[in-house]
Amino acid sequence: MTADSHPLTYRLDVAAPLDLRGYEAAEGYAAVRKALRELEPADVTAAVKAANLRGRGGAGFPTGVKWGLVPMGADAPRQKYLLCNADEMEPGTFKDRLLMEGAPHQLVEAMIVSGYAIQASRGYIFLRGEYVLAKERLERAIAEARAAGYLGANVLGSPWSFELFVHSGAGRYIPGEETALINSLEGRRANPRAKPPFPQIAGLWGKPTVVNNVETLCNVPHILLRGGEWFQGLSQGRSKDAGTKLYGVSGRVKRPGLWELPFGVSAREILEAHAGGMGEGLKLKCWLPGGASTDFLMPEHLDLAMDFDTIAKAGSRLGTGLLTVVDDSRSILAVVRNLEEFFARESCGWCTPCRDGLPWSVRLLTALEHGEGRPGDIETLEQLCRFLGPGRTFCAHAPGAVEPLQSAIRYFRHEFEAGIAQPVTQAVA
Amino acid sequence: MIMSTATCLAPYLLHVDDLAAIEEEMRHYDDPRAASIGALKIVQKRHGWVPDAALPAIGRQLGISAADVEGVATFYNLIFRRPVGRHVIKVCDSVACFLTGYEELNAALCAQLGVGFGQSTADGRFTLLPICCLGACDRGPVLMINDDTHFNVAPQDVAGLLERYP
Repeated sequence: MTADSHPLTYRLDVAAPLDLRGYEAAEGYAAVRKALRELEPADVTAAVKAANLRGRGGAGFPTGVKWGLVPMGADAPRQKYLLCNADEMEPGTFKDRLLMEGAPHQLVEAMIVSGYAIQASRGYIFLRGEYVLAKERLERAIAEARAAGYLGANVLGSPWSFELFVHSGAGRYIPGEETALINSLEGRRANPRAKPPFPQIAGLWGKPTVVNNVETLCNVPHILLRGGEWFQGLSQGRSKDAGTKLYGVSGRVKRPGLWELPFGVSAREILEAHAGGMGEGLKLKCWLPGGASTDFLMPEHLDLAMDFDTIAKAGSRLGTGLLTVVDDSRSILAVVRNLEEFFARESCGWCTPCRDGLPWSVRLLTALEHGEGRPGDIETLEQLCRFLGPGRTFCAHAPGAVEPLQSAIRYFRHEFEAGIAQPVTQAVA
Repeated sequence: MIMSTATCLAPYLLHVDDLAAIEEEMRHYDDPRAASIGALKIVQKRHGWVPDAALPAIGRQLGISAADVEGVATFYNLIFRRPVGRHVIKVCDSVACFLTGYEELNAALCAQLGVGFGQSTADGRFTLLPICCLGACDRGPVLMINDDTHFNVAPQDVAGLLERYP
């Protein structure tokens, strides 16, 4: 593993992460020195745009474009914020934990150069409360970086000052939504906010705010050091998407795990070459390409490139890029019921379709799972998929929730039909 | 639990250490209210949960109403508004753990403890709660006991694991 081929993970060590000195000896904070001494903030944003870095939190929005919407210059508000979404809770996703536990300085450095690009006054790493070890390691890294002059007043003697804090959350899935995250950080209930205004204009405390995922940010120092052309070249012509991606596999496979691979490798390569294929005696039934809120794909989709456009064309979403593999010993009804129980519990309750529709889907799925479904139940589920779909709810929670449900009905309709109870013929006395 | 009126109305004074910790938390933000989750966690660390009487005390410190503090406290699942056992068990019930043996693990836990989700053992030792995906899906089933995360937990491991939390 080298910096050129595995930029995100070549310095990663969960057992003993690099401290400041070790990290500096391995090119650490070189991007901060380069940015502050050689580059204007706009140059950093331009480099990220040119590299075609897309968000790794699930939506795939171009990072440079997001930053480009932040007001800059003398007339811009003095207070601006960079928030790192480290509220990793998408079921089936386990990449940001590793990046933070194994290379905390990499994220701190990434926050500094990204904060410099938008001229942020403060940064917050919004970390889920359960990530106790990551909190401890990030706080130590921040303290070391501050002592070395990479954080605080006049970073490296420049006119720019930047403070960085870890904000440890208190649970719930919904703060992963960027406007809910802002409300949560402000010390409120994590209900999403209406957009527009977009956070880049009016976010945290009404000030310009950028929210980026951990993995997204961790790419930025490497882009500054090695350039956009190198970054685009990492996917080796296999994908329009640039860089590497942390891909993973969970479920009953031989070697579940996480690997940094070029963007656009096939799902088959990830599942078979890296995860060792299905567990003994098991067959692949279907798979989620990137978390609970993505549509199921089937074994015939395994040869698709794991990138944003290809997976979208197949009717799903790349999401977080970590595969959840369902084996053939499982009823699809049980799996989807489990997924919808999660979404129903985690609905913030702010809007009616989500709050009431999701528990309804759980009731119907539970009945079907136990062979107690009634005629019309499948049609009701399909109707719920429409009523909870994009544009019908306040945020993306419910539209995400219906993705596995609608695709399960599409691919496994026979299992749903088998869950409908046979009418009992009344004996005539 | 039964709470007498007297307990409800007794003035709650934030412990001096908690007060200092909350003030430190407030310094991290451009608005004191942002420290509300941190403040609730600080108080919870002292009592194991957040007693009713602490809500106005936290609110006064942050300049918001007790109702606002309660609104926050009841939204987040890691803030406990009822007493919990000495050790809180949080079992991941999300899809990856579901696929790798959550149901069997949970059955073993419930049998061993004699309680279901949301309940505490009669001796006040354990509280059993479900939790969202803990971000370790390659090592499922996963559970947390207090701040410790345990990976690849099989049903037969349950008794031994609980022994470590007297």
